[in-house]
Amino acid sequence: MKAVCWQGTNKVTVETVPDPKLINPRDAIVKITSTAICGSDLHLYNGFNPTMKQGDILGHEFMGEIVELGSAFKNGNIHDKGKALAVGDRVVVPFTISCGGCFFCNRDLWSLCDNSNPNAWMVEKVMGHSPSGLFGYSHLTGGYAGGQAEYARVPFADVGLFKIPSDLTDEQVLFLTDIFPTGYMAAENCNIQPGDTVAIWGCGPVGQFAIRSAFLLGAERVIAIDRVPERLQMAKEGGAEILNFEEIEVGEALKEMTGGRGPDSAMDAVGMEAHGMGLEGFYDKAMQAVRMETDRPNVLRQAIVACRKGGTVSVPGVYTGFVDKMPMGAFMNKGLTMKTGQTHVHRYLQPLTERIQKGEIDPSFLVTHTLPIEQAPHGYEIFKHKKESCIKIVLKP
Amino acid sequence: MEIISSNSDEQQPASIGETERWGSLITGGAMVLMGLRDRSLRGALVALAGGGLAYHGAKGEKCLQDKVAEAANLSQSIRVEKSVTIANKSPEELYRFWRSFENLPTFMKHLKSVTVIDEKRSHWVATAPLDASIEWDAEIINDQENQLISWASVAGADVDNSGFVRFKSAPQGRGTEVKVVIEYNPPGGAVTAAVAKLFGEEPEQQVGDDLRYFKMLMETGEIATTEGQSSGRK
Ligand SMILES: NC(=O)c1ccc[n+]([C@@H]2O[C@H](COP(=O)([O-])OP(=O)(O)OC[C@H]3O[C@@H](n4cnc5c(N)ncnc54)[C@H](O)[C@@H]3O)[C@@H](O)[C@H]2O)c1
Ligand SMILES: [Zn+2]
Ligand SMILES: [Zn+2]
Repeated sequence: MKAVCWQGTNKVTVETVPDPKLINPRDAIVKITSTAICGSDLHLYNGFNPTMKQGDILGHEFMGEIVELGSAFKNGNIHDKGKALAVGDRVVVPFTISCGGCFFCNRDLWSLCDNSNPNAWMVEKVMGHSPSGLFGYSHLTGGYAGGQAEYARVPFADVGLFKIPSDLTDEQVLFLTDIFPTGYMAAENCNIQPGDTVAIWGCGPVGQFAIRSAFLLGAERVIAIDRVPERLQMAKEGGAEILNFEEIEVGEALKEMTGGRGPDSAMDAVGMEAHGMGLEGFYDKAMQAVRMETDRPNVLRQAIVACRKGGTVSVPGVYTGFVDKMPMGAFMNKGLTMKTGQTHVHRYLQPLTERIQKGEIDPSFLVTHTLPIEQAPHGYEIFKHKKESCIKIVLKP
Repeated sequence: MEIISSNSDEQQPASIGETERWGSLITGGAMVLMGLRDRSLRGALVALAGGGLAYHGAKGEKCLQDKVAEAANLSQSIRVEKSVTIANKSPEELYRFWRSFENLPTFMKHLKSVTVIDEKRSHWVATAPLDASIEWDAEIINDQENQLISWASVAGADVDNSGFVRFKSAPQGRGTEVKVVIEYNPPGGAVTAAVAKLFGEEPEQQVGDDLRYFKMLMETGEIATTEGQSSGRK
């Protein structure tokens, strides 16, 4: 099959690789119909994760059709809660891999699954404990082959695969795999109360869904921050007031726009690359259990300082290591709360599908480019450099 | 991993107070290796079980060896302590699975086989680097149904080892805590590296992996892996 493979910093290629095979009893093989490139993939593309290996298949936002189910489906040793998955079903695949049987899965904390990261020991050396395995997202989160390919192997398929109603298009449901739930959970994490103003740094795909989710959850106002004109424009179309951080001092502007109070919640939908930094030697350091300093928290610092007293800071943006100069004094003295995490995607599949069906939101608004999978290398380039007004790319295998 | 010079204490009878202390140490919530300090695990386990292990037949020889090693300040043991919590299984279920020692190679990947010889004794074969194997006979020192199994290798083991596995209910529906503590006494007071070589990896990593795989198998019915998946690696 064809698959998008990571070759090194700023280099992906489309290779012909062996078709995936069932490995474990609860696996499924999915034939992929649509797959997207995510801002998280850019962290890998940009070379910020030293646990990538040449030839790793990328991609964690994908959907398609079940073509094979593992032996557990025949003998009933599954946790499918009555889903009755069958070959031929049209499904979306959450980017987080979750077993459905551990302490965390049982408490709806799917991205913290204990049992899906075969390389958990690597993470434990640095973080104490490991989150779940993720598709196509470095060996730190399991080294699972990703979904920017014609086929993918899906572990714990009984728990992860979610059947899609036939009246919805791929573009309407594809983002259930990650960024829609991510934006939605980030908005939930804002603890939105009636009358609240939410400030959101980053108008990439995650920020766009966060803006719309904040309104779905009852926000009075959303103020969105970025510097890319078409992204700010899309934020505006979603109902947000916008700030270009290259044109204005964001902290001051936010204060003025909220009667001096500051936004009730502040969201970092940018993450560790809010101006580029290095994550060098992470792998070695993890192996040696040596401390590291890595991520650059410009946005996180701004969010903490801008947030109103007693407010909430929500962090969907990805961090992997250590940050310097956290304004801990502001955080503590203002009595803030911070909520974060990889998204518990499984938790949101049913409710967000219902919202799509009811017409409360149509996620296809986000797609600016649809490309054949062969053009993935071009896709990574224009998405990274925000060329051709690129905001979200869907690849067709 | 902790490397502690241990004085061989199994020839000295433990006082009743000490036995009680070890008992509560092994069944309690503290870190076992901290409490054990400079006593050998084997000695503590044997004393706790009231002695009577066949191994004592070879005791004299061993003590001599130990004394020589101590004199040369070489006697080192390698000790590992690791715990996991398993969400959806009771101590009874986990004990039962583990007590059928033939099951162990399904999640202890370095084990080739475990053969049960009789109620107390079993024969263990583990892989070592370069297609070699290491073998030993183990005897159960203490078998407390649904709670604790402790064992020690008998004379003639390739690597002298002893240890226990403990199953204990976690608070308020959090499942079962499984703790494994193992002590290896490398032959002739060999250093850590020699044992690491015998096992192919650090003993601590290995016990950690074994326990993680046990948890995966019990909680999900399979062991997560990417071995055999496709990639564009050249
Ligand atoms: N928590 C999760 O489970 C999860 C899931 C998906 C993505 N993410 C993370 O969310 C983040 C955003 O993802 P995306 O797909 O939207 O990525 P993206 O790269 O497309 O968007 C990031 C946006 O932030 C803007 N930006 C950069 N610096 C800024 C600054 N100082 N102030 C304001 N805006 C700034 C950029 O112009 C860009 O538009 C990434 O870190 C990604 O890894 C997290
Ligand atoms: Zn993503
Ligand atoms: Zn789980």
